[in-house]
Amino acid sequence: MSRRLRYSAAVDDAIASAMALDPTIIIFGEDVPLLRKELFARFGGGRVMGAPISESAFLGAAVGAAMAGLRPIAEVYMADFLGVCFDSLLNHAAKTEAFSGGRWKVPMVVRAPCGGGYGDGGQHEQCLWGILAHIPGLVVVVPSTPGEAGGLMTAALHYDGPVIFMEHKLLSETSLEFLGAGGRKTVEYDVPREGTEGEVPNRWSAIPLGKARTVREGSDGVLVSLGVGVHRCIEAAERMAGEGQNWSVLDLRTVAPLDIESVAQSALRTGRLIVVDEDYLRFGLTGEIAAVIAERQIVCRFARVATETTIPYARTLEDAALPNTERILKAIRNME
Amino acid sequence: MADELLEMYALMYRSRCFEEAVQVLWSDGLISGEMHMNLGEEAVYAGIVPLLKDGDAMALDHRGTAPLLMRGLDPGDLLREFLGLPGGLCRGRGGHMHLFDPDTLSASSGIVGASGPLGVGFALAAKRLRSGLMAAAFFGEGAVNQGMLMEAMNLAVVWKLPLLFICKDDGYSITADSSSMSGGEIPARAESLGLRCLSVDGLDAGTVRSSAETMMDELRSGAPPGFLHAACVHLEGHFLGFPLKELQRHPLRQMNALSGGIAKAVFARGGIPTRERLAAVTALMSDVFHNLAEGRRSDRDDPLVRGRSELKHPPRKVEETEAVIRAEIARTVTAVLEEAAA
Repeated sequence: MSRRLRYSAAVDDAIASAMALDPTIIIFGEDVPLLRKELFARFGGGRVMGAPISESAFLGAAVGAAMAGLRPIAEVYMADFLGVCFDSLLNHAAKTEAFSGGRWKVPMVVRAPCGGGYGDGGQHEQCLWGILAHIPGLVVVVPSTPGEAGGLMTAALHYDGPVIFMEHKLLSETSLEFLGAGGRKTVEYDVPREGTEGEVPNRWSAIPLGKARTVREGSDGVLVSLGVGVHRCIEAAERMAGEGQNWSVLDLRTVAPLDIESVAQSALRTGRLIVVDEDYLRFGLTGEIAAVIAERQIVCRFARVATETTIPYARTLEDAALPNTERILKAIRNME
Repeated sequence: MADELLEMYALMYRSRCFEEAVQVLWSDGLISGEMHMNLGEEAVYAGIVPLLKDGDAMALDHRGTAPLLMRGLDPGDLLREFLGLPGGLCRGRGGHMHLFDPDTLSASSGIVGASGPLGVGFALAAKRLRSGLMAAAFFGEGAVNQGMLMEAMNLAVVWKLPLLFICKDDGYSITADSSSMSGGEIPARAESLGLRCLSVDGLDAGTVRSSAETMMDELRSGAPPGFLHAACVHLEGHFLGFPLKELQRHPLRQMNALSGGIAKAVFARGGIPTRERLAAVTALMSDVFHNLAEGRRSDRDDPLVRGRSELKHPPRKVEETEAVIRAEIARTVTAVLEEAAA
């Protein structure tokens, strides 16, 4: 049995299912009673709480609450705003388990919408999963479809450590409407429809964290990505199929843990590997994958398509700066 | 004083005309993403910005349009920026939340509270490099709960910097009633850190100006940093297309969107008892109705209407001033749109 849900509705639905079973789950953040009104109506103000614009306080509080028996979901409006509360993640959420010799775990989820493509400027459109995944102790999840998002949230709520759950704003109907459209029908963004609404199970089950998903099989090369990038890769692969080349598409699902085995196997099998990453190029996911491939002595062609600059506000410049389908196709053709 | 009032009114009127044009362009989809306006808080800027001297600095929040216009920037440069054109103030790369003008030491930020520390830095530079000059840091009352802003207030006091903090209090932290989000009173909080604090009616440019003038004069001659708490409104809510504003304007249509899914949540298995769920829904809806009842755009709350009513000039003089400004903004908008189409 299955049903269709939109992306953020799927996440909320998975959270609701988990909250019904686990009374220790609470959720808080700016405007949360209104943004998550279904959760508020079903579980009340004791578990679904609004917070002041005080990210460093409420993210820090999530760490403490998690250490003392709750399983908090702390919500920020967008990943860019993690800058003001980075210490909670970097020095506390990520380190408590290690510092306590494994005796004290921090089961918390940070819900952080991310990503660009709707003209909101470079302080509101970053991905930043590379910075987060850089830190030992953090799990970083970037789902690409509603079904994936609900299954991965379910996993995050079963996991006994800090998980950063990053919903891409182009896929999230609530984020895109609130921040990108504002009730307008006059704006168009390059939204991958398959990622915004889809089949989801009637009962959620956890999708294992750190296991990539093969979205498309092909033997001529592999495109590796996550979030919106997966859909850009699918589009590029379909275009190449029209030209007689069959590319695989691998959805990593999580930046950390990184499913090195799946990446390595497809690189080995196809001989051509392109990493498509909406996050920044430097010192990020693309470089990390190159490193693990090199460490395994795998010989293959390698290219990366990522965001190389501060994301410009102007829509045309922005579209060119983000890893779009044309840029992926160019990278593929450069390998011929 | 009479001429001062007209000057301030003209600044507000010009900003209003410009923003109303921006509103149309945003609705038409020519401006992407979010669009935060100064509609309703113009009097705060009109009271303060004209008091700034060459070499003074402004640390702005995500609502930078009015202060930059009032500081003398070309409306065409701002509009080009909002449209993402290469000839924009920031070459189309910043957008309305990230406006930067090194010539007037004006910088904005889309991060709530960030104008606080930035203002401290601007004031520190003024103290070391430009004696007698100062900085102004603008932010909303929602920002007072950001750690960095509280730290900045303390730092400015400890370092005795020529900095005026200006808190534009419209009562809403995005969608939340600010009184439910802040402990204590904001002026008391500022005073407890050693700031000299004044509370003013931020809808009245003349009052803002007279309060700010004294504080700024004192700052320039070495007095401790100040804090101006100015009550104002946001006529369009947090940003254009704000759901709570839409709810005020189209209650039936928006109520449907807002209440969708709630009924299902009330009857879903698992959760708090039904009676408590109904109480939760009631609480949510009473916030919504509070917003509905309170927030209507009214002449009483519009600083332009207030400003105009206080002018002592003959109506014809006022109308002439308005006509000149309207024509100037209309010319600018037309020219920029033609340029964009070319």
